Amino acid sequence: MNNDHRVAYWKENLRYLLILLTIWFLVSYGAGILFVEQLNAIKLGGFPLGFWFAQQGSIYVFIALIFVYVWLMNKLDQKYDVHED
Amino acid sequence: MSVQGWTFLIVGITFALYIGIAIWSRAGSTKEFYVAGGGVPPIANGMATAADWMSAASFISMAGLISFAGYDGSVYLMGWTGGYVLLALLLAPYLRKFGKFTVPDFVGDRYYSHTARLVAVVCAIFVSFTYVAGQMRGVGVVFSRFLEVDINLGVGIGMLLVFFYAVLGGMKGITYTQVAQYVVLIFAYMVPAIFISMMLTGHFFPQLGFGATLVDDNGGASVYLLDKLNQLHTELGFAEYTSGAKSKLDVFFITAALMVGTAGLPHVIVRFYTVPRVKDARVSAGWALVFIGILYTTAPAVAAFARTNLIQTVNETPYASAGGEKSIPEWFKKWENTDLIAWVDKNGDGKVQYRGGVPFDGKPAFTADRGPAGQRMLSNAPSANANELYIDRDIMVLANPEIARLPAWIIALVAAGALAAALSTAAGLLLVVSTSISHDLLKRTLMPDITEKRELMAARFAAAAAVILAGYFGINPPGFVAQVVAFAFGLAAASFFPAIMLGIFSKRANREGVVTGMVVGIAFTMAYIIYFKFMGGTPAQYWLGISPEGIGTVGMLLNFAVAVTISRFTPPPPEEISHMVENIRIPKGAGSASSH
Repeated sequence: MNNDHRVAYWKENLRYLLILLTIWFLVSYGAGILFVEQLNAIKLGGFPLGFWFAQQGSIYVFIALIFVYVWLMNKLDQKYDVHED
Repeated sequence: MSVQGWTFLIVGITFALYIGIAIWSRAGSTKEFYVAGGGVPPIANGMATAADWMSAASFISMAGLISFAGYDGSVYLMGWTGGYVLLALLLAPYLRKFGKFTVPDFVGDRYYSHTARLVAVVCAIFVSFTYVAGQMRGVGVVFSRFLEVDINLGVGIGMLLVFFYAVLGGMKGITYTQVAQYVVLIFAYMVPAIFISMMLTGHFFPQLGFGATLVDDNGGASVYLLDKLNQLHTELGFAEYTSGAKSKLDVFFITAALMVGTAGLPHVIVRFYTVPRVKDARVSAGWALVFIGILYTTAPAVAAFARTNLIQTVNETPYASAGGEKSIPEWFKKWENTDLIAWVDKNGDGKVQYRGGVPFDGKPAFTADRGPAGQRMLSNAPSANANELYIDRDIMVLANPEIARLPAWIIALVAAGALAAALSTAAGLLLVVSTSISHDLLKRTLMPDITEKRELMAARFAAAAAVILAGYFGINPPGFVAQVVAFAFGLAAASFFPAIMLGIFSKRANREGVVTGMVVGIAFTMAYIIYFKFMGGTPAQYWLGISPEGIGTVGMLLNFAVAVTISRFTPPPPEEISHMVENIRIPKGAGSASSH
């Protein structure tokens, strides 16, 4: 495999990481900690929204993020033909 | 059948199951002993990782902690789950592609240095040991509480069992027993949670009941559980349940230390060497978080239910039972007899007043006397506030089924679940310790010519010695263990995580930079913890208000900064290391994990 090919694969991978980790940061540190008071003014059923993100929502998003990452990377591996058999 | 009869039955059946699995999955080679032969299916690995990860602390203590801390308890929920995102995206697939057996293997090879390998071995053994002693203690506590055997005998039984399947089966035995232990522990956690959710809110899923309205017997206007809890808290002088008391910066740093620490714990990382392909390493991190998330989204619901139940059944209730009137329930007296609940009748009205503030300083010191209502008397001097009740946070999960008056078999199930959680974590940690000794120290450093057969024997001996040492600490806990366990995360965050991450994402990171970074990170973190926990530093002196629990984050940033700066001013790594890094970034060509 030539070098440009490797570099392009790695760049796309880093771009995915940047996007996914930004979401990871926003739901936990953002919604659950830094802006928790502002969000608590909004109610989700019986939950203040910021509190919900801190004790429930962030965990659901974390799980989704990993599966989205798996899906994106499997596609990327195919595209650059670096997948395992 | 009595609670004790049920407990013997259920614990006996689960133990027989673990032993059966251990015999069926004996390890025959070092590869089976270290990484289960490298052929574990991703979902099974996810389950084993979840059991490995969720310790006695997660099962027994976490909901109790949250119950008393309210919003501040979120640090554990986000911290201990968010780390898996880092693990899945930044570490697991690359370490799997690298394809060796241990974390020190990676650090030593990537940084072409025996010093680096040794620093990593010492960190791994230190982190794992502080953690494992707490687990053995947990086993002892559950045995003594539910089976009413001596706490030391309980630790002994736990040691024997772990000895049996860790020494015999290695990683292979541990992996398949952990799958069984996960099933036991999650069932034991969910059944009482679902029962209580149904009773309080009418919802089957505790995650939904948590945000729902309370079932109202009087036909009045229905009120949300969390609103009710906040209202009770405000009336009684506690901080509001859904708002915290900790500073925002401290919450931020503690969460970060727990997250990064999770991603840097050797016994978690090593699990990703056991799957066949890079692809499987990615997806098994996802499954692990699904299985962990089931418990971690239930725990805060259990915390809120237990808190509401506790306040409503105990507060303003007379201690002595007097003809038909509502009095303190049986469980209260039972836990009082184990020193975990105490009541001082400050105003002499015979009723329990539960208010904000501590009832007296320190742990309860019981005298042999009984008070007028039959309560146990204390020699502690009462504090000035109106609170009369002392409750140990650890009892919340264990007492919860009793508080909610659930049947005896459910109480027994909780005991079996707590044992599964403690044993599975202990076994995973002991394996890291034994692998560090037989593989990283003997095979890779001291005796490179050792045969596979003798290495396997050394691994078994090391595992046996580690079990005995862990048991010893379980029976004679040094005062500092309980405190140090919580800091294992900070230490892992400040040492391993930057070294591994730079090893993958920076080709320029070299031996000089990373070794210095690891030493600086762990030394700084340890010094801060030791100063504030053992040398009398006071919270007022915290740097920027960051508590010792959160300082690992600063240690990690320091490690990164030092490693990157020094790498820039020292010679770059050799050519073949560059190729190695390029190679681990590409999934293609991953063989199974090997020792060469």
